[in-house]
Amino acid sequence: MISIKNLSVSIEGKKILNDISFDFKTGKTYALMGPNGSGKSTFASAIMGHPDISYSSASKILFDKRNIKNLSADKRANLGIFLSFQTPLELPGVSVFALLRLALEKKITPIALREKIKVYAAELHIKEELLKRSLNDGFSGGEKKKLEALQAVMLTPRFALFDEIDTGVDTDAIKIIARFLKKYLSPKTTSVFITHSTRFMRYTQPQEVLVIKDGRLVKTGKDTLAKKIERDGFKNL
Amino acid sequence: MIQTKIGLNKKIVAEISRIKNEPEWMREFRIRAYDIFQKKPMPSWGADLSKIDFNSITYYLKAADKSTTWQSLPQEIKETYDRIGVPEAEKKFLAGVSAQYESEAVYNSIKRELNKQGVIFCDMDTAVKKYPQLVQKYLGTLVPFHDNKFSALNSAVWSGGSFLYIPRGVKVKLPLQAYFRINTKSFGQFERTLIIAEEGSFAHYLEGCTAPIYKEQSLHAAVVEIFVKKNAHVRYTTVQNWSKNIYNLVTKRARADENAVMEWVDCNIGSGVTMKYPAVYLAGRGATGTMLSIAYAGKNQHQDAGAKMLHLAPDTTSRVIAKSVAKSGGRATYRGLVNISPGAINAKASVTCDTLLLDGKSRSDTYPVMNIKEESAIFEHEASVEKISEEKLFYLAARGIPKEDALGLLVNGFIDPVAKKIPLEYSIELSRLINMEMEKI
Repeated sequence: MISIKNLSVSIEGKKILNDISFDFKTGKTYALMGPNGSGKSTFASAIMGHPDISYSSASKILFDKRNIKNLSADKRANLGIFLSFQTPLELPGVSVFALLRLALEKKITPIALREKIKVYAAELHIKEELLKRSLNDGFSGGEKKKLEALQAVMLTPRFALFDEIDTGVDTDAIKIIARFLKKYLSPKTTSVFITHSTRFMRYTQPQEVLVIKDGRLVKTGKDTLAKKIERDGFKNL
Repeated sequence: MIQTKIGLNKKIVAEISRIKNEPEWMREFRIRAYDIFQKKPMPSWGADLSKIDFNSITYYLKAADKSTTWQSLPQEIKETYDRIGVPEAEKKFLAGVSAQYESEAVYNSIKRELNKQGVIFCDMDTAVKKYPQLVQKYLGTLVPFHDNKFSALNSAVWSGGSFLYIPRGVKVKLPLQAYFRINTKSFGQFERTLIIAEEGSFAHYLEGCTAPIYKEQSLHAAVVEIFVKKNAHVRYTTVQNWSKNIYNLVTKRARADENAVMEWVDCNIGSGVTMKYPAVYLAGRGATGTMLSIAYAGKNQHQDAGAKMLHLAPDTTSRVIAKSVAKSGGRATYRGLVNISPGAINAKASVTCDTLLLDGKSRSDTYPVMNIKEESAIFEHEASVEKISEEKLFYLAARGIPKEDALGLLVNGFIDPVAKKIPLEYSIELSRLINMEMEKI
């Protein structure tokens, strides 16, 4: 579904990713691992279309065989790509309801939207009061990530990137978030979880693990690869 | 159609009074004001007013006869009102309507219940004739014509505006609305509004201004005076969306007596230049004054607005929350004054000014003047300037929201603390106006 070919990107002249190629298959779940600063978040931003990213001329991001490298982030999102942020942004005066109402304007009525959000919020153990407040403004780490999960499901993406949705979240909440995504994301959705936690992977059950190191895709493998990394670290990869 | 010649002199001022068939005292009021207008210098401390040419303006124009029902309004007016959503607002909220077409109120209907309660709600021209004692007692006492050049001009040539009198203990629950618009190019609008809220009464007065765009400059110089008696409560809400070529120079002032509450809610979206600093004279013990304002300055706009809170009595409280947004080279200025007089024991004042800049070309300035002459006073001031971050736009883009819509969402979020104080129809209209502005380059 998304096919990355020779992806090399730089930000403000600094090269971050180097010649990454990989095919993501429809409906499969992936874990993306790697040491801090290796380029995992940049990889996600590059697929989502962050405006600061420059792609090498050879780079291709094929979505249903169409190169989307030059599309803006909102257009990519409307094709079905979603990114859950490692640090969700605070939006004063903007509730999650207002955000989703705008994002889903043509797809769902405000009343149906409100009902749906309520149901999902209950599943995620999000206090209803939080839905009316400014998004992420004064929210705890767990609350922020739960609302990322809620948005992910509401937006029904075909390709969803989760950048450390498990960090800053307590153990119970990690379980709730992982189960929620498993339950409500469509089986046709391709999911990529950037994570450091093998515990989190037990809940999300990725079929394939990718390792990025120094901006390169150095290894791919089954979930046993994650266990090996947990034991030995990244140094021998 | 009756109108005066272009330009202004004593003869034209007298002619306005004659056309309106006014009593002698009002004619004198105008003439005296005109003399002072001539002597007063142009204010030079605020926005650039150098391009105003007083001689190129028509000061009085009567466009239509008075009508009392919606149906009898001219089609053209109805269409404009339709576009800005007035009829819907009317259906749900209106308790009485006083809509101004050019310089004359053409539509003025008061619900029967209001009459029964003794509430007077009519245009100022009618009030001068029907309630001369009340008008003479209050008019020009809070904003005397020598206050500033534009209050003098207004006093000389005023036309239209609302008169609202709420008797003792009467609480008018529905907002009273008036709509103003400018319709002829280079035609100045000078409405005059007077509100008297007797002891223990309540009223919410709402004015919304919209105007189509003209090529030549035009002037709007209104004066509003509000008397809030003991234990009374008045809220005055403005949604101002004049076309970008208009100078909006308005003097608004209220006096709050013992334990009275005066609230200004002031939204300035349109006009080329606005200079407006609604004031509350906190004259009685325990009086409260509030200003919640929103200013939007886009391309070629300068919003120079703020509030004046004058604490003249003990235990008085004032609160100012000003939200300014500047885009495409627009300039948003907050200019405010808090004055705490000696003897205003335990006065409390707080001023919060937040500015949101949407690009590097736009500008914001804050001039908060504080004059604290009372030791026991408590004063707080906070100011913030924020630039919309690329990260926020990217976050929203990742949810499928394009830049213009994202800006609209963020700006509406920024003004939300004030916007939610406005009745729903107006806040929806405001939100729509903001979204429209975000689509422009």
